[in-house]
Amino acid sequence: MINIEIDGKQIQTENGSTVIEAAHQAGIAIPHFCYHKKLSIAANCRMCLVQVEKAPKPLPACATPVSEGMKVFTHSEQAVKAQKGVMEFLLVNHPLDCPICDQGGECMLQDMSVGYGQGHSRYHEEKRMVLAKDIGPLVAAEEMARCINCTRCVRFGQEIAGQMELGQAFRGEHAEIMSFVSGTVESELSGNMIDLCPVGALTSKPFRYKARSWELSRRRSVSAHDSLGSGLAVQTKNNRVLRVLPLENDEINECWLSDRDRFAYEGLNSEQRLTKPMIKQGGQWQEVDWQAALEFCANGLRQIANGAGAEQIGALATGNSTLEEMYLLQKLLRGIGSDNVDFRLRQSDFSADGKQQGAPWLGMSIADIGRADRILIVGSFLRKDHPLLAARIRQAVKQGAQINVIHATDDDLLMKVAHKAIVAPNAMVETLAQVAKDAASKHSNGIAGSLASGERVAVLLGNFAQQHPQAAQLQALAQQIANVTNGKFGFIGDSANGVGGYLVNAIPAGKGLNAAAMLAAPRKAYVLLNVEPELDCADAQQAIAAMQAADLVIAMSAYKHGATEYADVLLPIAPFTETSGTFISSEGRVQSFNGSVKPLGEARPAWKVLRVLGNLLKVDGFGYETTQAVRDEALNGVDVAARLNNAVSGIETGAAAVNGLQRVADVPIYATDAIVRRAVSLQATKDAMQPKAWLHSKELSKLGVAAGVQVKVAQGQGSALLEVAIDDGLPEGVVRVAAGHPATATLGAMFGTITVERA
Amino acid sequence: MKNLINFFKRFLMLELFQGLSVTGKYFFARHITVEYPDEKTPQGSRFRGLHAQRRYPNGEERCIACKLCEAVCPALAIKIEVAEREDGSRRTTQYDIDLTKCIFCGFCEESCPVDAIVESRIFEYHGENRGDLYYTKDRLLAVGDANEAQLAQDRALDAKFR
Repeated sequence: MINIEIDGKQIQTENGSTVIEAAHQAGIAIPHFCYHKKLSIAANCRMCLVQVEKAPKPLPACATPVSEGMKVFTHSEQAVKAQKGVMEFLLVNHPLDCPICDQGGECMLQDMSVGYGQGHSRYHEEKRMVLAKDIGPLVAAEEMARCINCTRCVRFGQEIAGQMELGQAFRGEHAEIMSFVSGTVESELSGNMIDLCPVGALTSKPFRYKARSWELSRRRSVSAHDSLGSGLAVQTKNNRVLRVLPLENDEINECWLSDRDRFAYEGLNSEQRLTKPMIKQGGQWQEVDWQAALEFCANGLRQIANGAGAEQIGALATGNSTLEEMYLLQKLLRGIGSDNVDFRLRQSDFSADGKQQGAPWLGMSIADIGRADRILIVGSFLRKDHPLLAARIRQAVKQGAQINVIHATDDDLLMKVAHKAIVAPNAMVETLAQVAKDAASKHSNGIAGSLASGERVAVLLGNFAQQHPQAAQLQALAQQIANVTNGKFGFIGDSANGVGGYLVNAIPAGKGLNAAAMLAAPRKAYVLLNVEPELDCADAQQAIAAMQAADLVIAMSAYKHGATEYADVLLPIAPFTETSGTFISSEGRVQSFNGSVKPLGEARPAWKVLRVLGNLLKVDGFGYETTQAVRDEALNGVDVAARLNNAVSGIETGAAAVNGLQRVADVPIYATDAIVRRAVSLQATKDAMQPKAWLHSKELSKLGVAAGVQVKVAQGQGSALLEVAIDDGLPEGVVRVAAGHPATATLGAMFGTITVERA
Repeated sequence: MKNLINFFKRFLMLELFQGLSVTGKYFFARHITVEYPDEKTPQGSRFRGLHAQRRYPNGEERCIACKLCEAVCPALAIKIEVAEREDGSRRTTQYDIDLTKCIFCGFCEESCPVDAIVESRIFEYHGENRGDLYYTKDRLLAVGDANEAQLAQDRALDAKFR
């Protein structure tokens, strides 16, 4: 520790920290633009100049390390003169367009010029002109003349997002921030540049001219789009969500937010929102009142329970439903005598059910992953599935951690990968078993060697591994590896409330059917909670067939979607911003939130709908008044931390035989759930482009087609016409075809054989 | 004695003349009463009457939808909705002033960075229904268009004090 004095205040600070850090610790404000606690130091804005005793000139506080006995003055005559001078220079070329600037009201430059500026301008010459740039559908760079060249966006790209998509070209007065040769910014974290930009040069395109910062009310919420549980500050006006910003939490999302979490709100205001209950009568959809719709549902369910038997009723929910919704859904189903309830829609291997000691979870905290020094990631499209976890691991790699990957595709993780094994899905178990064997025999090479040399080992199973047809075997092998390397292992989790679903038993317990079995052996009635079966299930073809064969399909959804084809009732429910609820993230963090806005139209929170259904069906104990009462009952006596356990036993490993081409299916980053799929701006990004059939060039020449032509991709009865493209990172014998997209909803299982032929 | 004084006061109608002397004084003094509506009092250039929205000489509306007037309005009488116009500029799609709420404080005019919303010298307006005093953007622009010469002159007079 070092003792310094700032403005006469004695401060103890760590050796190696800078003056600005010490000042911020002590609550002393030093004006700054380019300095950001999570980015490297550039010291190019010069706003943080302070006077240091015995220094002949003012020094930049962000780049001056502290030394013993240092005396710093932030308000001395010299410092104030320097600050005023810098401020005047910054404003020389800054346009006076605050009234039409989206940053107006929350602008650092505005605040600083009031606090440290002159109050008037002595500059009467012409200001510089910088042309507008088009850098994609999310970030607006229309008024680059506002830029003060702090380079925060550039450093963010290099350091956090892992790819430098913006840079500063030219010098002096001609310096400007631009993308490479008119390219766009395609990072899945690009929205953070908007937050970082201290002026209005980079602003949000979807939010452009929508509202002024002082008109917005701010509500806390939790992201429903991935398993991290990132904190959201949902900003609303006139009962509409207009913007989402990160809620800072160093344990989870730090001060960042992925574009999916940030821009998905556009889907909440989609025109496809369902606002009135609807019943299909004589093939025609009719809007009815809630009473009629719910009585229709209750009668239908009662008839099927009394006639064909309650086991003919199945309930499916997505993992993004709240804890309360899932709890009430399983309580309702069990109340009417059915055990067919599940939320693991994209999972295809359920052999671990009953052999697991607890609810599968991350196996460690998110912060622990950042501290791990050896990481093995099995089956994960990490950057697209969990953008912020990828960013955290990227930081760990920069600090010296080694990351190893076993996966079926070789997507660029934008970080240094120590070892990787890119194998076809059916060879993953074998590969992982080899690593387990090598690790047990203390091999010093390859992945096993890397893991053995670490102290804090993390083995993470991604969404692909969780959805794999041999998921249980992968889990058992990951457990073996973690045991011999003294590490931890866990599932990253594919949904916001996956852990919550397990904890409230929204899974079949006894002889009930799991999600896959429910669709493979079609039921007479289905209750769908937030589910779009053709997009959310492991086998789209099978899901649609099951829905079409059913006598009664009750679709509880916030949107009018494909269910209009096969459903009998559509009940408008509120998405997560319009209801209170709880998510348990994959690290086991229980986070409750309140509704940010009122439900749209006649939509109602799903827990209220389920409550009334429970009452109509005369199931006991459906008299809840609040979600809090539901949550207290659901988690009553549940020790969340003790229930989290990845340990599994009694799983036999073996090879899977596959003939012909195998499908590798990712769920594209902007196709993960119903809200995201309707977010217009996200759908305009490159990540949301039409799915292609990706093949290794050797496979392509075997087929005798050239890249770019349309091919017929078929699975089972269904087929889709897709453009074919080359990806030499793929192993031979596989075709990468995305799932969760309408263009591929006619295809079958996400894994398994697939044929590709000329169209 | 007191009775005698009172008798003479009454007899000579002293108090009547005393009172009439006031009337008489004002009868010959300069007239202050203005015979509205035939005559009108003079107005200052800073008179705060009916609101108007101004245009630039080329016909382009001045308002850039910065919403400062809406934010500063103490009576919450202004309602603004914004959208990007086809040419990419920031414009209002709705600009309403509820004159039944307005307290004519002039803050909107003072906060306007482009002199778009102004208070004119017009004070003779009325509404027969409540809605008549809810001035929409079209009506405000119409007021501005009709009185632009006067408005411009008044702004010019005040410019050196701002």
